[in-house]
Amino acid sequence: MTASTVRPGAAPASGLLFEGAEWDFATVRRVYDAIEQIARDELGLDPFPNQIEIISAEQMLDAYSSVGMPLMYAHWSYGKRFARDEALYRKGYQALAYEIVINSNPCISYCMEENTMAMQTLVIAHAAFGHNHFFRNNYLFQQWTDASGILDYLDFAKRYVASCEERHGVEAVETTLDAAHALMGQGVFRYRRAAKLNLAEYERRRREKMEREARDYCDLWRTVPGAPPAQENDLSEDEARERKRRLRLPEENLLYFLEKNSPILRSWQRELLRIVRNLGQYFYPQRQTKLMNEGCATFVHYTIVNRLYDKGLISEGALLEILHSHANVIAQFDFDDQRFTGFNPYALGFAMMQDIQRICLAPTDEDREWFPDIAGRQDWAAVLRDVWANYRDESFVRQFLSPRLMRKFKLFALSDKASEPSVKVEAIHDEVGYRRVRSALADSYDVAANEPDIQVVDVDLMGDRPLVLRHTMRNGVGLADTGREATMRHIRRLWGYQVRLEETPANA
Amino acid sequence: MAQFVDRRLNPRDKSLGNRQRFLRRTRAEVKRAVDKAVAERTIADAGKGGAVSIPTDGIGEPQFHLSRELGERQYVLPGNKEFVAGDRIDKPKGGGGGGSGREGAESGSGEDPFSFALSEAEFLDILFEDLELPDLVKASLKDTTAREFRRAGYTSDGATPNLAVLRTMRVSMSRRLALRRPSLAELERLEAELAALRAKSATEADDQLRIGELDAEIGRMKRRQLAIPFLDPIDVRYNRFTPIVVPRAKAVMFCLMDVSASMGEREKDLAKRFFILLHLFLKRKYERVDIVFIRHTHEAAEVDEQEFFYGRETGGTVVSSALKTMIAVRGARYPVADWNVYCAQASDGDNSGGDSRECVALLGNAILPLTQYYAYIEIADEDASDAREKDLWRAYAGLKEKASNFAMARVAGRADIYPVFRKLFAKQSRQGAAS
Repeated sequence: MTASTVRPGAAPASGLLFEGAEWDFATVRRVYDAIEQIARDELGLDPFPNQIEIISAEQMLDAYSSVGMPLMYAHWSYGKRFARDEALYRKGYQALAYEIVINSNPCISYCMEENTMAMQTLVIAHAAFGHNHFFRNNYLFQQWTDASGILDYLDFAKRYVASCEERHGVEAVETTLDAAHALMGQGVFRYRRAAKLNLAEYERRRREKMEREARDYCDLWRTVPGAPPAQENDLSEDEARERKRRLRLPEENLLYFLEKNSPILRSWQRELLRIVRNLGQYFYPQRQTKLMNEGCATFVHYTIVNRLYDKGLISEGALLEILHSHANVIAQFDFDDQRFTGFNPYALGFAMMQDIQRICLAPTDEDREWFPDIAGRQDWAAVLRDVWANYRDESFVRQFLSPRLMRKFKLFALSDKASEPSVKVEAIHDEVGYRRVRSALADSYDVAANEPDIQVVDVDLMGDRPLVLRHTMRNGVGLADTGREATMRHIRRLWGYQVRLEETPANA
Repeated sequence: MAQFVDRRLNPRDKSLGNRQRFLRRTRAEVKRAVDKAVAERTIADAGKGGAVSIPTDGIGEPQFHLSRELGERQYVLPGNKEFVAGDRIDKPKGGGGGGSGREGAESGSGEDPFSFALSEAEFLDILFEDLELPDLVKASLKDTTAREFRRAGYTSDGATPNLAVLRTMRVSMSRRLALRRPSLAELERLEAELAALRAKSATEADDQLRIGELDAEIGRMKRRQLAIPFLDPIDVRYNRFTPIVVPRAKAVMFCLMDVSASMGEREKDLAKRFFILLHLFLKRKYERVDIVFIRHTHEAAEVDEQEFFYGRETGGTVVSSALKTMIAVRGARYPVADWNVYCAQASDGDNSGGDSRECVALLGNAILPLTQYYAYIEIADEDASDAREKDLWRAYAGLKEKASNFAMARVAGRADIYPVFRKLFAKQSRQGAAS
């Protein structure tokens, strides 16, 4: 055994970065440096600084339950998630992820301690470079998230929720958070172009406001008679319009509206709503870019480990281990397979990235016709970087899904009308169907179009204060009964008065 | 550029707070599930933790979702084998666009019960929640406490085995610092310098002067070191132990059972379940719990567990014989000063004529005054229609009025055991009895 003479952590004499399955910190660092060189020099990636944390299985479960964040405010639903994941994990129904990566600056990646060195290599290339580059450069993340502020903000949120629990009781805080969580899906700005989320700025302004209020407080104002009560029930058209204008109705962000306008919420409850809303907004880009994010990370790790092997830095065995796991990750089952659960974002994303590379390097006539801009441009890395920076899933599919891939995946589009007993095949992967299939698939990645579009349309703050919500139905798809009444109860709890939900077809 | 952090040694149980919140919220449901689990389990597993399932009602996280049954939708699937545009595929029965891509992934709105694992401690906590040991008698006996030595800081005198080395050295160091005792390192440095100067061949005037200075300084330091000892008797510290009074933490549990012919397998099994619950409960409250098994027919004997539950014996029924044996065993081995005494008696209620009166006398005079709690359960026939009061029950009923630490209940089936147990130990009943 020559291994016994080698100092732990020292590079093997063979010129490889590592041998065998065991890892240690020196080896991980050496591999990291080799990966970084390829990522920066050959792929031109520009990630946040990395912070790689080694965690145990239990800590991974912890991270699962708190939506992957390193710190989170306390809430029973995270305990529920932990209990469920733990039960599944212990029974062996569910394996744990190899890594979790957080969109923060520095970018934190969690790696499991039980990964082999080959797996750590894969994970670092995947998370610390693939996801990290995507987080830093994609326009949605740049516009909507504040990577350098998120951890401080979570720290603030955690302490704030804890202090509220101390002051107002765990139950009261829980009730508010439950209601806010129920509206998390309706707590994001989808359509308007908001100022970039700056969480540190939020916190500073909040504190200044509190200080100002404390400074300017004067008990005398309490004794001054208020404005005369408004005249009742003369709701002319003009007034209604004026009222809506002042409240900036319609408003798509229910949490924002309730936070600003609810007549019954105390200021700490408004702050809780704001915390939930900010987190919802922070995660919204991730939901819109799942396919691209995973595709980008998978493509990056695949390219990097192959380059490592080409340069003679990892052994054939390590490469095979990585490719085995890679193949498992990108498996896509057919619709009639028992295991089919929808499109696998890793599979489709990776295939599309690879396809773009192929179109750049060796285009066919078909590619030249469909993608005149990029076909034959040898600089595939630059093309991919541009794609990663400027698209989201929906636009990415609409723009870059090639006929060749549609044939490979044998895609077909169905239309399903509730009134009919059968489903119609609208288009398949043939000359007449390509555009139709691609457009239908792109639509299914449009997050906003696949969630209920519910907006606040009217409210009468002077009268009985009824809040009117409107669900605009696309293609006649209404709300499911499951959870609908319970969610309405939560809204009533936050608004304090009657809440009505009406459903109208989109074209009405 | 990159940072590597080893988080594996971070404190565990980060999500403990969330788990407690979750359990608190689902308390009622979990309690019901735990009670059910206990009723279904074998005796050996009665107290173990394990999986429980609760309905999702209270822990749903509702959200608005788009319906899958309304309107018109389009989706794309992979893996086409035979379809061409315009084909029609029948929807599978049971609605819900079968095999469709799950676009709007729903979370936690299913109707399946939510199942998760409880640890043994959590399980027992919930099982015995709001149950309390009746300790009325103990309250009246004032000297039911024992003494124990606990660590309590440091003292400047004590026995050598209790020497607190670290603390002693710390005190010594602060004294040396305060008195400016020259350190060994400093002395060695000066001596080295002196040796170096002396070794020089060409000695200049400056060097000579320096040598003189060093000599004087070294001499002064050595004297000072001698005057200020490294370790002084006033530095020495000892661990201090102080006696504190702790409540007695030992309990003995007497299990009395009638094993005459009228007690069949069913009756014994029911009795055993009750004893197991009582034992689990006592184990949580006391550091040490002894169990004494006494079985009786027309004569009583102390036996081991195996014999107690499975041994065969025939004969008449004289309950007082068991009580007498118990008094004897207690007197011989379990002095009241050290032991909390609990007693559980199971019987089908039969007794030979006239013996019941003696039992009541024994209980009232000799047993109850020295016992924390005495529970009597009567194993009734399976069809509870037979509500005829048995001999022993009638006799004991009078006792129940007088003694607050005596309780009795009737058990007809397996499902009754736990509710009866709860009834006997529920908090409010104790308060009721105390008032």
